[in-house]
Amino acid sequence: MSLNIIVLAKQVPDTRNVGKDAMKEDGTINRAALPAIFNPEDLNALEQALRLKDAHPGSKVTILTMGLPRAAEVIREAIFRGADTGIVLTDRALGGADTLATSYSLAQAVKKFGNYDIILGGRQAIDGDTAQVGPQIAEKLGIPQVTYAEDILEVKDGHIVVKRRLEHGVETVKAPLPCVVTVNGSAAPCRPRNAKRVMQYKRAVSPSEAKSLAPEIAAIVEKRPDLQLQEWGAAYVEADPKQIGLAGSPTKVKSIENVVFTAKESRCIDGSNDAQLEDLIQELITNHTIG
Amino acid sequence: MANFYTDNPDLKHHLTHPMMRKIVELKERNYTEAEKYDFAPINYDDAIDNYERTLEIVGEICGEVIAANAESVDHQGPRVENNRVIYADGTQENLDVCRKAGLMGMAMPRRFGGLNFPITPYIMAADIVSRADTGFENLWGLQDCAETLYEFGNDDQRSRFIPRVCAGETMSMDLTEPDAGSDLQSVMLKATQKEDGTWVLNGVKRFITNGDSDIHLVLARSEEGTKDGRGLSMFIYDKRNGGVDVRRIENKMGIKGSPTCELTYKNAPAELCGSTRMGLIKYVMALMNGARLGIAAQSVGVSEICYREAVAYAKERRQFGKAIIEFPAVAEMLAVIKAKLDASRSLLYETARYVDLYKAIEDIERERKLTPEEKAELKGYRKFADALTPMSKGMSSEYCNQNAYDCIQVHGGSGFMKDYACERVYRDARITSIYEGTTQLQVVAAIRHVTTGTYKALIDGYAATEFKAELQPMAENLKRLTALYEEAIAAVSAEGKAEYTDFMARRLVEMAGNIVMGYLLLLDANRNESFTASANVYNKIAEAEVCKHHEFIKNFRPEQLAFYGVGAAEA
Repeated sequence: MSLNIIVLAKQVPDTRNVGKDAMKEDGTINRAALPAIFNPEDLNALEQALRLKDAHPGSKVTILTMGLPRAAEVIREAIFRGADTGIVLTDRALGGADTLATSYSLAQAVKKFGNYDIILGGRQAIDGDTAQVGPQIAEKLGIPQVTYAEDILEVKDGHIVVKRRLEHGVETVKAPLPCVVTVNGSAAPCRPRNAKRVMQYKRAVSPSEAKSLAPEIAAIVEKRPDLQLQEWGAAYVEADPKQIGLAGSPTKVKSIENVVFTAKESRCIDGSNDAQLEDLIQELITNHTIG
Repeated sequence: MANFYTDNPDLKHHLTHPMMRKIVELKERNYTEAEKYDFAPINYDDAIDNYERTLEIVGEICGEVIAANAESVDHQGPRVENNRVIYADGTQENLDVCRKAGLMGMAMPRRFGGLNFPITPYIMAADIVSRADTGFENLWGLQDCAETLYEFGNDDQRSRFIPRVCAGETMSMDLTEPDAGSDLQSVMLKATQKEDGTWVLNGVKRFITNGDSDIHLVLARSEEGTKDGRGLSMFIYDKRNGGVDVRRIENKMGIKGSPTCELTYKNAPAELCGSTRMGLIKYVMALMNGARLGIAAQSVGVSEICYREAVAYAKERRQFGKAIIEFPAVAEMLAVIKAKLDASRSLLYETARYVDLYKAIEDIERERKLTPEEKAELKGYRKFADALTPMSKGMSSEYCNQNAYDCIQVHGGSGFMKDYACERVYRDARITSIYEGTTQLQVVAAIRHVTTGTYKALIDGYAATEFKAELQPMAENLKRLTALYEEAIAAVSAEGKAEYTDFMARRLVEMAGNIVMGYLLLLDANRNESFTASANVYNKIAEAEVCKHHEFIKNFRPEQLAFYGVGAAEA
């Protein structure tokens, strides 16, 4: 059975190698100092989607990303790795959204998209680390959610079987489709960009990017629908203006301060075999102490 | 987040060499391929963009995966179970990621599933892969066997086998036998034609890199009763048909991740590639030329990691109150490593470009008759490629060994321990001057280009360049060295004995190599200031080497040959 899969992906500032200039005086992120990257756990989610596509020929993987028009970069990156196409949800009215407004906007886009089987996304984005958007979308769409997914074991007869990575072990669960699955960083890393696909799709552009193309390139894009990414706005997805952007965001950041840890936390862990060491390393990677 | 392409701007410098424009035009048939394939470039800039984007993938995979696996692969190595090779876990992961990235069959035509890359960017990928893990470069680099299959196989064979290589199946070239190493004319593996016209192979092959590959090119004796190279033919063996077992794999000093196999053929079904009797004299020679360029690239990759490891250590290690890089003795070693690295890389890409030019025209010849001008061009390019290939393989493999030695020297006692990468690199480097023809055999292939003047023609071409004023003194020096080179040739040929020429051949070829590389670095510096230091350092190396050889030859008395044991066997 072929599947219609949506992967939620976010372009984020690379907060993993934060230098001194990462934060501005006022406590907001200095985006200029941090390169924009594909949110790491969204890449894990993409890999799960591409594995499903490999296992279910005829499946389609669509990237849905909300952000500035340049977030189309994330879609191209995903297409280079095997995704089929993508939609940028972008609109000035969507700016300044917290997780509630974001999940509402994305849920509206998913409704507009229509017929889908699985919505995959990373567990959380490294800029906010909230892990709320995926679950909130599931709630708004009224469909089941599986969080902390590490491996999708099977999709069969309208159900999905997923291995979840929890604090003290793993759990295998089954859910009816359609559903939302958020994927952990401990899942398989994403496959690399494929050279042929890079050459094939490097000119894939959103309508706003298409405006600045040289005429001969624009002519190529014109002829090839597979190079035409979609760009949706708030009105197109029929979003209620009161529930989007700043207006729809009850979370207000009152102040931000730069915290420097003075005392070191300590925890004693027993054991010295490889598996226990592996667990420790995995934990340190997961909580961003290392890596 | 290391990227072995983007962290090395020298690569882009070579990728965008002025000669590339012509190479890409020929390879892309004036960009008409873009009408048929949506991933073909529409113009030169688009093609270079494609190569760069692909090399960025190679660089990322090398930096993130292959380099990270190199140590564990060296420790674990491959093994044999039930006559089949099982790669080290890291090797398997490397192969999987290269397949997914579509980096197999890069130079093959698009109609067979390849990327239609010229040799130059493909060789650049080999250079990058070798820096990450020298032994893995062997497995990945064996994809250039497909080139031979493309050149000499028939259409049916091309369309059956090449798409499989492009999809990631591996290849091997089964040439060496216990009694046929450098002397491939002695190959004994027996090819027998059955009544229905099909062939079977029987016998043993030894030292076969990746001998359990999916598709083998096999050199075998098809003409019963013959004893020389004219009785040998080339066959394609498909592992899916069975009949070849891996008896054992060698326990090697270096490139441990690359399985070196002893193979037994028991009535293994195979198909003839090309015509009988042409196996060694035509096809294997072509195969070896491709492989030699691959080893030159591998050697450059080794030199690259040597330089990086040595510099990193020299900056970090402090003695007598300062970083050891600040001591002139250490700084000089680093400068010399870098100069040899840059010189061998410049020679590598110069060679690759001439190979590209002649192969692209040769491929056009498969589609239509060439004009007389094209024929003349083809002949000229092929001659330069034939002259530069053994020089590049010979010199860069010797240099990477010297660089690996110096890299350990910079590390001092720590370099002798297993804790640093340089120890592995030193072992990995050692094979480069041995396989695909030892340095001594490269000299045998190169010496005729000394005596017939191919190198001199190249040198004259370089010397005619208009160099920037600050580079003039180096250009003058190279002119002086060229005169010494010519004197040395004259002195050797005046002696007139083949034995004497054989004895002096290495010196003459090295002199040519020093001068050629001296000019190539000067040309690099002419185009890009960042090469000025290496051009200067290499100019001094070339001067010292050429003068040394010139003195040796000038003052050598023919009767002294006996003291070297030359001619003693007959006496």
